[in-house]
Amino acid sequence: MAAVSQFPRPRSLDTMMEAVRIPPFETLYLEHRNEVFRFLVRRVGRDRAEDAFQETFLRALRGYPGLRHGEHLRAWLYTIAVRVAADEHRRKPAPTVVREEGVRDARPEYAELEHLAGDLPAKERAAVVLRYGYDLSYADIGMALGSSEEAARQAASSGVRRLRRRRIEIA
Amino acid sequence: MTVSPQLDERFRAAAAAEGLLDVAYDIADSPVGPLLVAVSERGLCRISYDTEPERELESLARSFGARVLRSPRPVDEAKRELDEYFAGERTAFDLAVDIERLSPFNRSVLEELARVPYGSLTTYGTLAGRAGRPRAARAVGTIMNRNPIPIVLPCHRVVGSTGSLVGYAGGLDRKKTLLRLEGSLRTAE
Repeated sequence: MAAVSQFPRPRSLDTMMEAVRIPPFETLYLEHRNEVFRFLVRRVGRDRAEDAFQETFLRALRGYPGLRHGEHLRAWLYTIAVRVAADEHRRKPAPTVVREEGVRDARPEYAELEHLAGDLPAKERAAVVLRYGYDLSYADIGMALGSSEEAARQAASSGVRRLRRRRIEIA
Repeated sequence: MTVSPQLDERFRAAAAAEGLLDVAYDIADSPVGPLLVAVSERGLCRISYDTEPERELESLARSFGARVLRSPRPVDEAKRELDEYFAGERTAFDLAVDIERLSPFNRSVLEELARVPYGSLTTYGTLAGRAGRPRAARAVGTIMNRNPIPIVLPCHRVVGSTGSLVGYAGGLDRKKTLLRLEGSLRTAE
């Protein structure tokens, strides 16, 4: 499990580490199918969880050849599940709403993270989304939040800790 | 709460039906033990006596792409022909095989191997000659040993020049069972 380091690793170390190989899809599927299913039951309810489950793993298969390494695959699966659940919500309660595909796909990480981080205290949520969704520096996040760089870093890291306690991995 | 067998089955079938798999595989029962049978979009690409999937799946992913999933439907045809073969009802396979990624010599040896008829035997040297390199008997032995699709590509029909069975990647007992089935080995041997 990669930790969110307070002290970023030098890039040279990253490149020295061999990229984690992408496992056969079967392995990934067997490892995570049950937890993804439970997650979807919580998100969309028992009745719609089965369709959402199949859609999640079909989308994962479609995206699989585009992955460059096998790191954070669990988080990657969850971001897909979150998006599928969001689509389900959009579809069911308001079927007349036209889906804005372009807008939805333009900032996928942001949308996913916003969902995952939805229950966090506002400041932590903003810090997590800006850091991991928009990839902003802590200095920029501090500016956006009207606080110091250090406060932004602390808000993001306690947000991440809180998410982790809920077993959601974002980094 | 866990994924029901029905949902699991549904997803695996949908993945294959939508053409999203590099390799679909399943496990088949046979008189020589369970077989892992795998197909790519080009055809049958692997038969393995090693059904402990982890190692086999890694190898399939490296060769054909990481979208490797157990999904019975695409493998049905191959399993049916294998069943018929083991029941003694089939003496030749009509399956397309995928050996595209192998080296040209490797491929031509396996293509020659595929022509060795049911119920007959040949030698490593003969096969080397037919593939255009008469002195490459040892190389042919290695190729037999690494045959990705045993049974269908019948490396069990290849023996030493003295007639000794030599060896078999799946173990000599399996080679004997296959040859007995084809009537090329007396039951007592």
